[in-house]
Amino acid sequence: MSRADEVVNKLKENFHDGIIKVEEFRGEVSVTVDKNKIRDIMLFLRDTDKLLYDMLTDLCGVDYQCNAGDAARFEIVYLLRSSKFNDRLRIKARVREEEDCQLSTVSDIWRAADWLEREVYDMFGIKFNNHPDLRRILLVDEFVGHPLRKDFPTEGYDFAEPFSVQLEEELNG
Amino acid sequence: MGPQHPATHGVLRLLLELDGEIIVKAVPHMGYLHRGVEKLSETMTYNQALTLTDRLDYTSGLSNNLSYCLAVEKLLDIEIPKRAQYLRVMFAEFQRIAAHLLWIATHALDIGAMTVFFYAFRERETILGILELATGARLTPSFIRIGGLAKDIPDTFEEPAREFVADFPQRVDEYETLLTDNIIWKKRTRNVGALSREDAVNYGVTGPVLRASGVYYDVRKAYPYSSYDEFDFEIPLGENSDVYDRYLVRLREMRQSNRIIKQVLEKLPEGPVRAKALSVVAPDKEDVQSDIAALIRHFKIMAEGFKVPRGEVYASVESPKGELGFYVISDGTNKPFRMRIRPPSFINLGALPKIIEGQMIADAVAAIGSIDIVLGEIDR
Repeated sequence: MSRADEVVNKLKENFHDGIIKVEEFRGEVSVTVDKNKIRDIMLFLRDTDKLLYDMLTDLCGVDYQCNAGDAARFEIVYLLRSSKFNDRLRIKARVREEEDCQLSTVSDIWRAADWLEREVYDMFGIKFNNHPDLRRILLVDEFVGHPLRKDFPTEGYDFAEPFSVQLEEELNG
Repeated sequence: MGPQHPATHGVLRLLLELDGEIIVKAVPHMGYLHRGVEKLSETMTYNQALTLTDRLDYTSGLSNNLSYCLAVEKLLDIEIPKRAQYLRVMFAEFQRIAAHLLWIATHALDIGAMTVFFYAFRERETILGILELATGARLTPSFIRIGGLAKDIPDTFEEPAREFVADFPQRVDEYETLLTDNIIWKKRTRNVGALSREDAVNYGVTGPVLRASGVYYDVRKAYPYSSYDEFDFEIPLGENSDVYDRYLVRLREMRQSNRIIKQVLEKLPEGPVRAKALSVVAPDKEDVQSDIAALIRHFKIMAEGFKVPRGEVYASVESPKGELGFYVISDGTNKPFRMRIRPPSFINLGALPKIIEGQMIADAVAAIGSIDIVLGEIDR
């Protein structure tokens, strides 16, 4: 049994219906999990003896606006790595737009998630509950919209408008 | 501090809360260079999106090209000829030396050692000249293409490359005489900006910063790509995780990179530099001019690109800054559905507040320099 199968079996044993889907493509295993159990599953993956996924390599969002019917619009993708066993695992959690676009933070499990979650918030508008400092990270605070959403136009909303210049004196009255 | 401070080599703004000269709290602000690369790539064909990768970490364009191409090739499931793989390794290592030279030059300049700057830039200029010979560009080559390389290296390439490789170890010795035992350098860098092993892993830090904290993780060894497993090289590790160790790790890495280039030049096999994948790889220039079928293929690939099977992959390389990964999702069309870049500088910078809080303000400059950030990659 390969290591990936072992990990997946362990997850299934412990979380039963928390595991929604397991896929493999070009040797990479992705496990889709219930977003409400994301913290439990992540803690399990990090702290269980034979798993030890101690590094969060990447965290990003994907917008599947094209998903028809009652499928969730967003997916949050976590890429984990275990230093000890030198293997990777991809965990996905589906987030619905209708349910206020939110899920729990993992930034206290891996500090790496702190900025990565802020980026997802910035680009997709997905909120991470209990995140210590959820602000925009790359765009300015006044920015309207979330550019990596598929319905955001690539050239932006204000493409045709000239830049407005505001002098410091005007700002100060 | 900032947005325009020489130590940031770009536009990074740091809000520092001070107690006298001690930093109580540090909050980095970035995004001044945000161009929306991930969004833009969704509107481009796979070949066009390659040119965006040059402009991420603009000090190591070829490493970025390589990482992106590996991801798309994994999606397409095509095999790259050995010669192209070896040449890719060589380019990536030249690029690593160039990037580290730029780093050592500017880092030493930040701390006040001006001489190193001129020495390091002299060698960097030689490397850029060598890369220009093959790729035609100094900073934005887009030379590593999906399916291989844009073309083979010219005959005039080998001589200057060999000369450089033979000469370079002595040059590194020169930098060492200037810095390694320099008492001022040691005072400014030893026990400054330490990051413990556990913290480094927890913050997801990669590259020389992680290895300076004593963690053995290098993508070239952990998940060998492009035939890296056929070369003999070591991964230097640090012990004290301070600014000085990061300096030592990078210095030794340059020596190892030089070793790899030497092996490539010795072992370089003959053969094609592009995969046999007619629908993906553009035909050679000579064929385009003599064969009508090749001409049609050329136009087809350049104008509408090629379709990539539905699926998603992650591929990463060890760039000079750390693990640079591309997570590409294809929906079966000729444009990426989603191209996520895993930027090493961005994630390494995330550990900066942890590194500098509680330290002196003057040490912040040394610490930022030691992380070796490039804002083009952080802001994307």
